[in-house]
Amino acid sequence: MTSLLEAREIAVHARLEPTNLQCVGGEMIAVIGPNGAGKTSLLRALAGIELEHGSVIIDGEAVVAAPPARRMRLLSFLPATRSLVWPISARDVIALGLLLPDPKRVDELIELLELKPLADRPVNSLSTGERSRVLFARALAARPRLLLLDEPLSNLDPYWVLTTLRILKATVSDGGSAVLASLHNLDQVTAFDRVLLVHDGRILADRSSAGMLASDELGQAFRVERTGSGWKIRETA
Amino acid sequence: MIVRTSLLLILATTVAFLLSLLLPFASIATLLGQDPSLASAVFVELRLPRAVLALVYGATLGASGAAIQALFANPLASPDLTGTTSGAALGAVVTAYLLEFTAPLALSAGAVVGAVAALGLLLALAGSKAETSTLLLAGLAISALAGALTTLALALAPSPFAFYDAYEWLMGSLVDRSLGQAVFALVPALVSILLLLRQVPALDSLALGEESAQAMGYDLRRTRFWVVALSALGVGGCVAICGAIGFVGLVAPIFARRLTRGHPGRAIVPAALIGGVLLLAADLTVRAAPLGRTLPIGVVTAMLGAPFFLFLVLRMRRGVAS
Repeated sequence: MTSLLEAREIAVHARLEPTNLQCVGGEMIAVIGPNGAGKTSLLRALAGIELEHGSVIIDGEAVVAAPPARRMRLLSFLPATRSLVWPISARDVIALGLLLPDPKRVDELIELLELKPLADRPVNSLSTGERSRVLFARALAARPRLLLLDEPLSNLDPYWVLTTLRILKATVSDGGSAVLASLHNLDQVTAFDRVLLVHDGRILADRSSAGMLASDELGQAFRVERTGSGWKIRETA
Repeated sequence: MIVRTSLLLILATTVAFLLSLLLPFASIATLLGQDPSLASAVFVELRLPRAVLALVYGATLGASGAAIQALFANPLASPDLTGTTSGAALGAVVTAYLLEFTAPLALSAGAVVGAVAALGLLLALAGSKAETSTLLLAGLAISALAGALTTLALALAPSPFAFYDAYEWLMGSLVDRSLGQAVFALVPALVSILLLLRQVPALDSLALGEESAQAMGYDLRRTRFWVVALSALGVGGCVAICGAIGFVGLVAPIFARRLTRGHPGRAIVPAALIGGVLLLAADLTVRAAPLGRTLPIGVVTAMLGAPFFLFLVLRMRRGVAS
């Protein structure tokens, strides 16, 4: 199977060491790591944002060289900040994720994320969790090949955590696209096929979710260890 | 709804422009009866440049105001509050009174350089996603510095009449400009507005935040460069001819975004039209004021604009952006 994403030697000064990464269509990949490890830098570099070194190729096309019209089909990036300044309606914010006006697609997403009661309200008057859903819908709008989501599950209540995961699974199920999402809650990684552990600006480990949870690198990077039902701080001998 | 409002806006701009040409109507009608050639001279050499300058300057302030607000993601950014206008005035004063180049092209170039310096300094000081308070404080500091340097330049000027000479111009005035001078403001203004339109998609995407816009493939360094350079070009060209006029660049985009359902980038065109209408209306007010003398137009825009600005500040304290 040819890879959907092919990143070679991508690096960001002082944040991300030269990194290689491949993924195939249909994959759900979680990106975990302690605070400041470089999760956001990895996602941003893959999105081509201020990429200094290396190349990102999605579906055979170089991301940095792609103009906005192409790039919106290749990838979308959901930033960790959910702040929106302008009083644009939720419906119009979702439409900003589309190249050409497509009211049907917007309605579909409003339905999918149960945004109907909020659709015509200005986004700067919504709660953080509601804005998260609007911005998530915006990220999905153009049906990009690669979804790069920075903490898509934070600020969401349990129903929306589960619903978001279900939507992501359905999105990648046809094998045409893939998801990379950074997470803070280690219990959420089981919903993903593959987990990247980022530490000190590099990918320290790349395993299945079960393998990652059992691995020693995880405990080292996070300085925690598994107990029967949860996690405890790892005591250094 | 949007179509109807746009048509109304174009109609209002046309009516304001025609009124500016025709009012006061009685005097031009009488003159036309007595001496048609003098009437046409008054029309072409006095009224036309004034109406053109009001429309063009207002449109430039509106368009660059909308672009600057979109770039800084802040409804309180505008050419005057960011120090751009003061920088342009400083540039023109230094060129005219210290370097003693008085050719219109030199004045325009001086004003554009001053405006670029002020906006560039603001970006360097406050950054492109500054808090409102940082942005306004940095703009205030730049305005104060430019104002002080303008006064210094006038004080050091070889000409003893520099202060007197420059005062009316500094207050902002559209009176007694020639058609040639109007063209000198018109050309950079048109270039500025038309090229700003190329930044509309990038500025609208910027409403989603810098990272989202960058991930959509917009090169924000380029967008920043163009917004700064083009705003400075348009505002500088107008300031060189008409002096500093405040608040239109703040107010017009706020009304314009009501027509674009909050989208900051595509508000550039309606903001240009609204800015043109506002300045034409302010100029008609100046002419109609029964004071027996001409008020500087900058005084009128400031007297109406400053309270509006305070109203916006109060609204923002309650966390509502316009």
